Amino acid sequence: MKRLIAPLALALAALPLAAFAQDRMAPVTDPTTLTDCTECHMAFPAGFLPARSWQAVMADLKNHFGENASISEENRLKITAYLVANATDSGILKARTTSRILNGITADMTPLRISDMSWWKREHNGEVSQAEWDRAKSPANCVACHRDAERGYFED
Amino acid sequence: MNRLVFTLAALLAAAPAMAQDANDTNAAALIAKFAAEAGITADAEAGKAFFLANQAGGGADTPSCTSCHTADPRAMGEARTGKPIEPMALSVNPKRFTDTAFVDKWFGRNCDSVLGRECTSAEKANVLAYYSSL
Repeated sequence: MKRLIAPLALALAALPLAAFAQDRMAPVTDPTTLTDCTECHMAFPAGFLPARSWQAVMADLKNHFGENASISEENRLKITAYLVANATDSGILKARTTSRILNGITADMTPLRISDMSWWKREHNGEVSQAEWDRAKSPANCVACHRDAERGYFED
Repeated sequence: MNRLVFTLAALLAAAPAMAQDANDTNAAALIAKFAAEAGITADAEAGKAFFLANQAGGGADTPSCTSCHTADPRAMGEARTGKPIEPMALSVNPKRFTDTAFVDKWFGRNCDSVLGRECTSAEKANVLAYYSSL
């Protein structure tokens, strides 16, 4: 019994550390957002873009990064509300996380891609080889390299 | 027990949202419907030409059906996001064209992305005939 308790205690002790790791971002939990977004790509965590960015993206799904990604108006409104309520600047993230993600993004900027964010570029530029990009095909394909991205873990 | 009931209820509630399982139509019925709308007999060869053609008027990254579906409808395709797309050919993917809402949604999106307009009923009938002929 004792032999079992020690590893368990260790595992439990490690949990809070993992939860507070810098590269964890709460994954999408809203069912409508999950269903509609994952038809083409991972449902990117709402916390990765400010509210104005989500509003801009969701206002033009007919021209969604070069493709028509139209959804029902009912779902469009639902998903927009969810993304805005959980955006970087929604107040639900830790202040430190919010300021880290918004670093270099001024109020007059409305980045439409997470990969346009300064933190994203800092994390990826130089670190990701051409072979890795070729394998992933697109920066939208987080899971190609971050295997636990869909659970919110973006460590390498 | 409660948890089981809840899980079952959640699964049932989620079912209609999942792709392609409405099972309210099939390729033959859709071909008949679109051909009747267009007043044509569906032509698999014309469908093949349409599928393989480079179209004008759509997005720069999606000039053809083959941009994502590859030139072989029996093969897996791949969206620009890197996401795999199940084959279009009925012979290897019998689940295709069994959900009216799914078919309408993707013709709507992809015809606009590739051609910059809706597909005609004739184009839909022909390309479905091509997918069914392989």
